[in-house]
Amino acid sequence: MASDTLATRAGAAAGRRRTLSSRAWLTILAVVVSVISVLPVLWMVTSSFKTRATVTDGNLIPREFTFDNFVYVFTEVPFGRYLWNSFLISAVITVAALFFHSMAAYALARLRFPGREKLFGAIFATLLVTAPVVLIPLFLVARELNLLDSYAGLIIPAIFNAFGIFLLRQFYLGLPKELEEAAVIDGCGHWRVYWNIVLPMSRPILSALAIFFFLANWNAFVWPLVATNDQDLTVVQLGIASFQTQYTSNWNYILAAATVAALPMLILFFVFQRQIVESVKTSGLK
Amino acid sequence: MSSVAAQEQRRATAAPARASAASKGPRLSRKHREWLAAGLFLAPDVLGLLVFVAIPMVLSIVLSFFQVSGFGSYEWIGLGNYRRMMDDPLFWDSMKITGLYVVVLVPVLFCVSLALGLLVKQKLPGMGIYRTALFLPYVISLVVVGVLWKFLLDEQTGAVNRAMRAAGFDGESWLGSPSLALGCVIAVMVWVMMGYYMIIFLAGLQEIPKEFYEAAKLDGAGPWTAFRTITWPLLRPTSFFVLLMSTVAAITGGLDLIFVLTNGGPANGTSLAIFYIYQQAFGFGEYGYASAMGSFLVLIMVLISAVIFKFTRGGRFDDGE
Repeated sequence: MASDTLATRAGAAAGRRRTLSSRAWLTILAVVVSVISVLPVLWMVTSSFKTRATVTDGNLIPREFTFDNFVYVFTEVPFGRYLWNSFLISAVITVAALFFHSMAAYALARLRFPGREKLFGAIFATLLVTAPVVLIPLFLVARELNLLDSYAGLIIPAIFNAFGIFLLRQFYLGLPKELEEAAVIDGCGHWRVYWNIVLPMSRPILSALAIFFFLANWNAFVWPLVATNDQDLTVVQLGIASFQTQYTSNWNYILAAATVAALPMLILFFVFQRQIVESVKTSGLK
Repeated sequence: MSSVAAQEQRRATAAPARASAASKGPRLSRKHREWLAAGLFLAPDVLGLLVFVAIPMVLSIVLSFFQVSGFGSYEWIGLGNYRRMMDDPLFWDSMKITGLYVVVLVPVLFCVSLALGLLVKQKLPGMGIYRTALFLPYVISLVVVGVLWKFLLDEQTGAVNRAMRAAGFDGESWLGSPSLALGCVIAVMVWVMMGYYMIIFLAGLQEIPKEFYEAAKLDGAGPWTAFRTITWPLLRPTSFFVLLMSTVAAITGGLDLIFVLTNGGPANGTSLAIFYIYQQAFGFGEYGYASAMGSFLVLIMVLISAVIFKFTRGGRFDDGE
């Protein structure tokens, strides 16, 4: 017995020594990969404050600090308009998608009706259809519906995806039944149960999904590229892509534009980091 | 307790009233009202998914049998588009490039993300900061990512070549040679996506009960043995998910990055199949032909997904051994 505990203690001490040095190595590794991850982004942001002459000087910190690039981007190009378009489109898609998806998910999780599981299976199957694959027929459908070159065309097709329905349904399956049962007994219709009870209870998951949807749509490029020609409808990602081909080597302007486009998402990420990470986690687990 | 009792009482008094209301006249029964509510709740999403996802999916197969010219004139040509596809060397080149891209990107991304997941699971001081740093590139759009890396990889003035020259190497023409450019696209994709899959792996790792590791430690198992016998088998659902998602994304995604970073060049070296299909459709108006190639690509994707599914047994644990 005695020798046994002694051996364990010695083993633990050796283990501690080993973990101490391995902890140091792991920390160094974590710092290195973090720098690789962040440095390019940091480089873009600091370079956008450099002048035309120094933008490619290879220094991280600008020697001459200037805001001229940002002034140029907003005055010579309708960049404010691009930002507004992206904001408007992303916001409307997010609100509409959360509203429709939570309604559908509530019905799929909590209401009883014939064919419910089959319908859910069919909705789930649409997850396999990725956007680029249906780009061509979607374009032709949008053309038939006169949706091209309009806000409606940028917004409506982007609302519908099974991913949100799926996550919300999982969430509603886990909610306690008692509350809504009491409400139904009190004579509330299904709409009032949804609006007054279910919706307020799903605030955490709705806020996580809201950030995710907003981010995805702010960053969207391919559908706006296909669906619009009108300068007034240009979204910010499209604006940058064409700006970049026009001003090929004026990196100071290009990077200022790119920074402006990335900044809202970076801010959103720093503020709502926890929600974003949680929504990514649930998407993987379920 | 008292509220439950009150509910019971209310239920008892409400039931006969409702029954009489239902029997009286045209009012819907409770069951039918629930059906109606479900129908109304589901209508917007079901209609939207039908019009903008399901119908386009079917349409893309139908279109592949048509010659589509100009604005809305369709002519049935049977397997004509598929025959043309078989004889199109540019398409097969793009398929080869896609194959190489997927075969390199998916395993590299898988290993890097898993390693990062294992790393950030450790309890080290400042781990929250490292997680944030590693996830950060994911929130930036692929367009901005493309612009940013085009700047850094520039042959003359880019920071990457400056650093290499400072370290005594020759700079490379990163985006100027076909094979290097494809390597750059892959590396940039790994850089963007590793944080996302890291978080998914982290979630999977956190699901594994700590007791297993403690028991393994008592049995004298080292970290490698613990990984092989506990982590790897119990992580199977997550691995399956990551493998499937990243493969599908690699085959059909990345258009935005290609557009900005390389535009398919140099010498079509980064012209992935999805990029070639896009060009045929929206560059040359060959909607029918592009749909045929797209349908073929989907078929390949489904086959690969099936292989992944079989290989990982759908990510389930019960392997019947």
